[in-house]
Amino acid sequence: MSQQAISVDNLNLYYGQNHALKNISMDIDKNSVTALIGPSGCGKSTFLRTLNRMNDMIPGVKIEGQINIHNQNIYSDQVHVEMLRKNVGMVFQAPNPFPKSIYDNVAYGPRIHGLRDKKKLDELIEKSLRGAAIWDEVKDRLKDKATGLSGGQQQRLCIARALAVEPEVLLMDEPTSALDPISTAKIEELIQELKTSYTIVIVTHNMQQAARISDKTAFFLSGDLIEYNKTEQLFSTPKHKQTEDYITGRFG
Amino acid sequence: MEQPRNMLQKKQSWRNTVEAFIPKFLLICALLSVFTTVGIILTLLFETAGFFEKVPFLDYITGTTWTALFSGDQQKFGVLPLISGTLLVTVGAAVVAVPIGLGSAIYLSEYAPERVRQIIKPILEILAGIPTIVYGFFAITLVTPFLRSFIPQLNFFNALSASIVVGIMIIPMIASLSEDAMRSVPKNIREAAYGLGATKLEVVLKIVVPAALSGIVSSFVLALSRAIGETMIVTIAAGSNPTFTFDPTSTIQTMTGFMVQAAMGDITYESLSYKAIYAVGMTLFLFTFVMNMLAQYISRRFKEEY
Repeated sequence: MSQQAISVDNLNLYYGQNHALKNISMDIDKNSVTALIGPSGCGKSTFLRTLNRMNDMIPGVKIEGQINIHNQNIYSDQVHVEMLRKNVGMVFQAPNPFPKSIYDNVAYGPRIHGLRDKKKLDELIEKSLRGAAIWDEVKDRLKDKATGLSGGQQQRLCIARALAVEPEVLLMDEPTSALDPISTAKIEELIQELKTSYTIVIVTHNMQQAARISDKTAFFLSGDLIEYNKTEQLFSTPKHKQTEDYITGRFG
Repeated sequence: MEQPRNMLQKKQSWRNTVEAFIPKFLLICALLSVFTTVGIILTLLFETAGFFEKVPFLDYITGTTWTALFSGDQQKFGVLPLISGTLLVTVGAAVVAVPIGLGSAIYLSEYAPERVRQIIKPILEILAGIPTIVYGFFAITLVTPFLRSFIPQLNFFNALSASIVVGIMIIPMIASLSEDAMRSVPKNIREAAYGLGATKLEVVLKIVVPAALSGIVSSFVLALSRAIGETMIVTIAAGSNPTFTFDPTSTIQTMTGFMVQAAMGDITYESLSYKAIYAVGMTLFLFTFVMNMLAQYISRRFKEEY
């Protein structure tokens, strides 16, 4: 059984004339945390979004190359993009709960994928909220509006919402950059627990965070993948000068 | 040595005078609308009170015969026929305008490519600007003959044609306000829905429309309150035969239609028929007033905080 959850093969992405991702090839390990780092505009978020085809919605975008999950190219015509996104979930930079109750936020995903049975829904929602380490805080107010929660709670709710559709992969686009340090620490702890069951790919602006929580790190610069290695090695003995310059703060 | 600039002493100048005067002038402008509104309401109340001195209130609101312009014993003041006429037209207009208006709004907000939107939106604006008398003639010269070709029992003056055309007239109101409501739903929650594997329709119907609901529903209420008060189209196309019926093929008269008929005819000033105009006007005003309050309440109560 392969250790790779996702296999990226010669990926190129163009926004019109702008060549935003250049010949990216990398394999992402199952049940681990892979961090994507690099300066603003380097393509790390763009790359993250190719993994669940969120870039499809941008007009004028062109993608070449392959991304394989379970030995199937996710860009092939036979793939239903909705099923892909069920399998590869996403948590965004600023918490974006729906203006609905806490319960309905988490239930939205399972419902659109066909789950109607109330008892099963209740169980799935509890499981997801526990999985996001927020069950105890909200279990008595599931009918309350999600927008009444604090920022950190909202982000954990968004994680629960993503977990409810039972993905294999969780993509996280700077999930703690809009949060206070305590909420950040809670979520980093949560990520360590989640990686035992999910494959996590996280974009982060914060190198210390990448060093703290990831198993492997990929360094992007101007659309190129400069270096991809075990986190400990990339940060202590980087192979490329550009990597070293970035992590030592000579630019960023 | 230079003279220090004196900033403390207020020099009486043109600028200062204008600055002091303008807020008072603007207040007067605002108060003018308050005074006219109050004036209109008081006039309505006064004359309506005079009307109900002669006509028992119960007869008015439960009577099904309205012959306000006849004389002597033939005069009857049961307002229900005018209300049923108004309701027939308004409900019919809603049946036309709500699906088409909301559908257009959803299309323009969520599906239309920018170029298509730039063509359709101005056309909707034009539709909104057509004078109602033109709509009225459109009703009797095009819509009624067309409908009669397959509904032979349709009277020439009827509620159906009028309600269809009133519906067409209010489509732009619903489309425009609902579209604004939907467009202001932030992009980030749509993204979240797509990220969970939703199809476009699922995002639109289960996330965007519910989030925009207060704006959408208040657009319905405002458009319908406009339909209730519509005068020209119904005067031309619906008839002036007050009948208590819910059959859209019959000739009817709306509250507004009666007021036009009475005002254009020769009625003695201060006669009962004359006061009847005010009573109906008061009734009409109450309908639209309640609708407007309802629209505001809905808008506030269900305001989504993102």
